[in-house]
Amino acid sequence: MDNRQKEINNLKDYKYGFSTDIENIQAPKGLNEDVIKFISNIKKEPQWMLEFRLKAFERFKVLKEPDWQKPKFPKIDYQDLYYYSAPKSMKDKPKSLDELDPKLLETYKKLGIPLQEQARLNGIAVDAVFDSVSVATTFKDELTKQGIIFCPISEAIQNHPELVKKYLGSVIPTSDHFFATLNSAVFTDGSFVYIPEGVRCPMELSTYFRINASNTGQFERTLIIADKGSYVSYLEGCTAPMRDENQLHAANVELIALDDAEIKYSTVQNWYPGDKDGKGGIYNFVTKRGLCKGKNSKISWTQVETGSAITWKYPSCILKGDNSVGEFYSIAITNNHQKADTGTKMIHLGKNTKSKIISKGISAGSSDMTYRGLVDISSKAKNSTNYTQCDSLLMGNKCGAHTVPYIKNKNSESNIAHEATTSKISEEQLHYCQQRGLNPEEAVGLIVNGFCKEVLQQLPMEFAVEAQKLVGISLEGSVG
Amino acid sequence: MKEQLQKDFNNSIKNLNLSQKDIEIKKFCLSNFIDKGFPNRKEEDWKFSDLNQIIKNNIGELSFYNDQASTNKVDTSVFVDGLEHNKIVFINGRIEKIDFDYEKKDQIEIIDQSETINEFKNSNSLSDLNNAFTNKCFKILVKKGYQLVKPLIIYHTTNSKIWSKNINLRLNFELDKDSSLRIIDLFNDTSEKNFLNIFYNFELKENAVLKNYKVDRFENKNIKYSFNNINQNKNSISETFILSSGSRFSKNEINCNLNGVYASAFVNGVFSLNNEKHHEIRSIINHLTEKTKSYQLIKSVLDERSKAVYQGKIFVNSEAQKTDGYQLSKAILLNKESEFNAKPELEIYADDVKCSHGSASGSLNEESIFYLMSRGLSNKQSRELLINGFLLDVVEKITDSEIKNLIKNMIGIKE
Repeated sequence: MDNRQKEINNLKDYKYGFSTDIENIQAPKGLNEDVIKFISNIKKEPQWMLEFRLKAFERFKVLKEPDWQKPKFPKIDYQDLYYYSAPKSMKDKPKSLDELDPKLLETYKKLGIPLQEQARLNGIAVDAVFDSVSVATTFKDELTKQGIIFCPISEAIQNHPELVKKYLGSVIPTSDHFFATLNSAVFTDGSFVYIPEGVRCPMELSTYFRINASNTGQFERTLIIADKGSYVSYLEGCTAPMRDENQLHAANVELIALDDAEIKYSTVQNWYPGDKDGKGGIYNFVTKRGLCKGKNSKISWTQVETGSAITWKYPSCILKGDNSVGEFYSIAITNNHQKADTGTKMIHLGKNTKSKIISKGISAGSSDMTYRGLVDISSKAKNSTNYTQCDSLLMGNKCGAHTVPYIKNKNSESNIAHEATTSKISEEQLHYCQQRGLNPEEAVGLIVNGFCKEVLQQLPMEFAVEAQKLVGISLEGSVG
Repeated sequence: MKEQLQKDFNNSIKNLNLSQKDIEIKKFCLSNFIDKGFPNRKEEDWKFSDLNQIIKNNIGELSFYNDQASTNKVDTSVFVDGLEHNKIVFINGRIEKIDFDYEKKDQIEIIDQSETINEFKNSNSLSDLNNAFTNKCFKILVKKGYQLVKPLIIYHTTNSKIWSKNINLRLNFELDKDSSLRIIDLFNDTSEKNFLNIFYNFELKENAVLKNYKVDRFENKNIKYSFNNINQNKNSISETFILSSGSRFSKNEINCNLNGVYASAFVNGVFSLNNEKHHEIRSIINHLTEKTKSYQLIKSVLDERSKAVYQGKIFVNSEAQKTDGYQLSKAILLNKESEFNAKPELEIYADDVKCSHGSASGSLNEESIFYLMSRGLSNKQSRELLINGFLLDVVEKITDSEIKNLIKNMIGIKE
């Protein structure tokens, strides 16, 4: 118990809240064609990439910011943001980790992500993204041997243009919604993964996102392609320094699973949530979409959302291939003045497609949480099934928990089942735990962990441990 | 449409004895409606049923003026046999008869409220349309402690005299302390391609009991919208049952405000649709104070190219501790081209509550059919038996046994 208490004390305030003093190159403030050309130019991108960006920008100009979401926020001035920020030392990309700016290495060490390969972080290959650029990718050689491509997307644009050209924008087109289109126009870096036919990726791939510079939007783009019969498990972690102003994070993630392939995508999102009075924090407006393109393919999303001032995202699956499977496991925890509007979309297009949604929402303090989801079974998706379960837990009477599922069934041979409950922690359970010697806070932590277990089990080992701790910490101060 | 609306509006107020002030209010409602138009799919509440488009495709140009100078003959053959009842008869939107023969005269008051405008929370442009064009509106007041002996049947009859018309109706009910009222709305249409826009407002005082049964079962090509606003005080009970089957398009909205402790609301509905029909039920239950209860059960059987929509919302504000809210919707799709959409919503700001919803849709259970067939029933009989049982569940929720039997007979459900 003592250890745990110590840990909690250590982490009581947002432990990733430090910022790194590092020299940056930034694009001029504001959003216009010149800035887009600047980004494209500094990344030495080919013409087709610039055209992709400009096309998206054309579309962006006519789009309006959506306003149907539950959490309202002050209008973002898109001209008052920096769209590109990179550590100066990254201008000429270092050949190896030895050449990397020691300050950067230090930062990631503090975050618990040692980049030096000798550190061998339990055999997880990491791609670290600092503000707008990817700074280091580990375990490259080992992956290359198997033909796996795991590199920053800016590198992939240079080295594997045929793959990028074919798949980029195929799931989230440049003509998508407001934030996705903004990302298409100005995205800076992110990860690119290609798993060749029949290969089972031998280790977990991981990206670690860090926003450092102030007044900067982070727009990363991740593209994962699993070729026929392959398998990959991918992890994503995020942190940012404590700052008074709100920062925008609008990433796009595209997953493509071909015949018999499986992609498992896990996120532990712990962006800075703002202080106790709701000042500052990250706006996490992310578009994540997976396409089960081939037969028997499977995409599974797992997310633990504890950070961000506002989380607004719906990791989705388009089940196009026959017999394909989509899964969504989510824990969202909001405390203090945090707000979340999250859920998923399962679009059934192919025959015999299956989807499963398990969503656990916990709100405490003055926070507000919404599960919003869509299950759409099209008329051609014969014999498809969906099962949805969303449970909410409320702590205190200043917070809110909402469930807004959209259910569309156009096929008589398909079945949809949806269940939702809202409740509070029962006095009996609390009493029982306390009787056994736990203090109220520990008791709540234990019960909440039990409530979330179904989802936590889906996470890879290392993440599950971290996530379990996060669950406890996020609810600090919400009892009693 | 704008000129038509203006012209019809001028015609309709010409015949009414309204004060300048009332005319101004009506004009204001009209201009509101002209600004907003019929609701379309861009509005969240109309996402699954684009009324603007539905009117365009099924009716085309609507006219809004109804000449109500001459009376219509009441066709007694539509009256329900075998059940003594009070009557209100609407023919083509005109009130032809109000008859409370079975009741004590001094316990029921009928008040002309044509000049008042109803403003509802959670309403839409159709309430403006209704306010601008209704020319007669009555309030039925059931006095303290009086429980009506017989149910009240409201006949909504339309005949072939009207075509491409918009009809607006409005009724207000007030149930004083300890009173009770049973209402059956019966729709009987021999007209085609009209748009009926009906608004009811109920005020339930302490311990009042309201039972409202809406039955729309005769095949017709009309488009209907009906809005029930129910304000409930301490310990009052409202029960709403909707049988949604006959019209080309129909949307029933129930907005229930539970303002007093121990108030409870029950909403049950059956969709039985075929032949390209498109029906919707939208319910909003607002739990505004502690210890209130709501229960909702909606079942659908959808055949041919029909479409049913259920949007149900349970709202619990931060004072409404100890709320008990439950909602379940189930649908059977009999045909490949039928469609069921649901949006069961929970919006909760209090922590000590018990709220849940469930929604399921799919085909008839093949195993059950197999079981019944192995017992000697034909495929057709088995399917009918299963559907019968599926719907019986909702009809059994009707608490008034007299009316339960009437409705069972009407839709041919066996026990």
